[in-house]
Amino acid sequence: MYSRKVELAVGGFVLLGIGALFLLALEVSGLSLSPGKQTYTLIAEFDDVGGLRPRGKVSLAGVTIGQVTSITLDRESLKARVEMAIDTEVDYISTDSIAVISTSGLLGDKYVDVSIGGDLETLENGDYFYSTQSALNLEKLISTFATSQM
Amino acid sequence: MSLWLQQIGRQTLHRLATLGRSALFLAGGALFIPRLIFSRLFIQQLFSTGVLSLLIIIVSGLFIGMVLGLQGYTILVDYGSEQAIGQMIALTLVRELGPVVTALLFAGRAGSALTAEIGLMKATEQLSSLEMMGVDPLRQVIAPRLIAGFLALPLLAMIFSIVGIWGGKMVGVDWLGVYEGAFWSNMQSAVDFSDDVLNGVIKSIVFGVVCTWIAVFQGYDCVPTSEGISASTTRTVVYSSLAVLGLDFVLTAVMFGEF
Repeated sequence: MYSRKVELAVGGFVLLGIGALFLLALEVSGLSLSPGKQTYTLIAEFDDVGGLRPRGKVSLAGVTIGQVTSITLDRESLKARVEMAIDTEVDYISTDSIAVISTSGLLGDKYVDVSIGGDLETLENGDYFYSTQSALNLEKLISTFATSQM
Repeated sequence: MSLWLQQIGRQTLHRLATLGRSALFLAGGALFIPRLIFSRLFIQQLFSTGVLSLLIIIVSGLFIGMVLGLQGYTILVDYGSEQAIGQMIALTLVRELGPVVTALLFAGRAGSALTAEIGLMKATEQLSSLEMMGVDPLRQVIAPRLIAGFLALPLLAMIFSIVGIWGGKMVGVDWLGVYEGAFWSNMQSAVDFSDDVLNGVIKSIVFGVVCTWIAVFQGYDCVPTSEGISASTTRTVVYSSLAVLGLDFVLTAVMFGEF
């Protein structure tokens, strides 16, 4: 019953299983073995984050430059405080840039789009976006239109 | 009426006693597990529960992935979002179908074999002869089968998921023409390693423990006759399937439910 072949088969089976786990980690969930990119934090306060979620992407000109790390409610201003981790390579976001919540496609995920300004000074770790633009709320839009309180 | 009440009491006591016996049995068997890693008995059992189940797992994984690809495509293409098919296939497989279907197949393929084997050992008094020789059957027969089952099911579930995703990719990308880059990038942005993959692995570990426990205990506790063995084998498959589906709901609620 017991033979070298059995041992080999079991070894192959265990390797196959571990290989499957590696594939699940690297190919399917996109986990990368290299240490994560260095990031710095920028904060933006929105009146309405709509459907934005943590891990949502932050993009500049359509290129992903970071992700949303946390969304909390600010006690004093009663606005949504969105913290974003931005890649350190992208260190040229000027202080008058605007953070806009946009939707990819008509029904797609919400993400933060940064429209860059013209100021020479740049935002640094822990800085706030001076101006923001909230998510487009379709229902509010329709109700405003219907009651014509423009 | 009094007879009927008596029956309820007897049944309850009987069930409770069986449950207690099975818990003691699991604890007794698990006690020997640390000494058995890399022993011949364990490797032999891993061969018969794991390696011999590979074929059924790979074939069903492939077909389930392909069906997911086909069904997902026909639904998603109406909304013009057929690229999301990668994310749909990966999440369904990694979170649910991988662990659950593997556990159901494992109960049918390996669990029933374990019960029948141990039941026959008991019926032909091999277990008693081991005891007569001063060898603890828990150590010699039960513990290697327990640890092999605990280990085999998670490995099989991961192989199932990978093969399923590959099958889904074959149908979605190669056959139906979904753009491959979007397929993988959607999948990678939607699947989280610790939230989805690791939770799936934890599920399959739980299912592995439960299925193997039920199978081995049913064999060990069977009535040592032909009818007894056949009844135990049936019970193994039924109990394992019910336990897996029930536990799956509980685990899903704990892991993925937002409350």
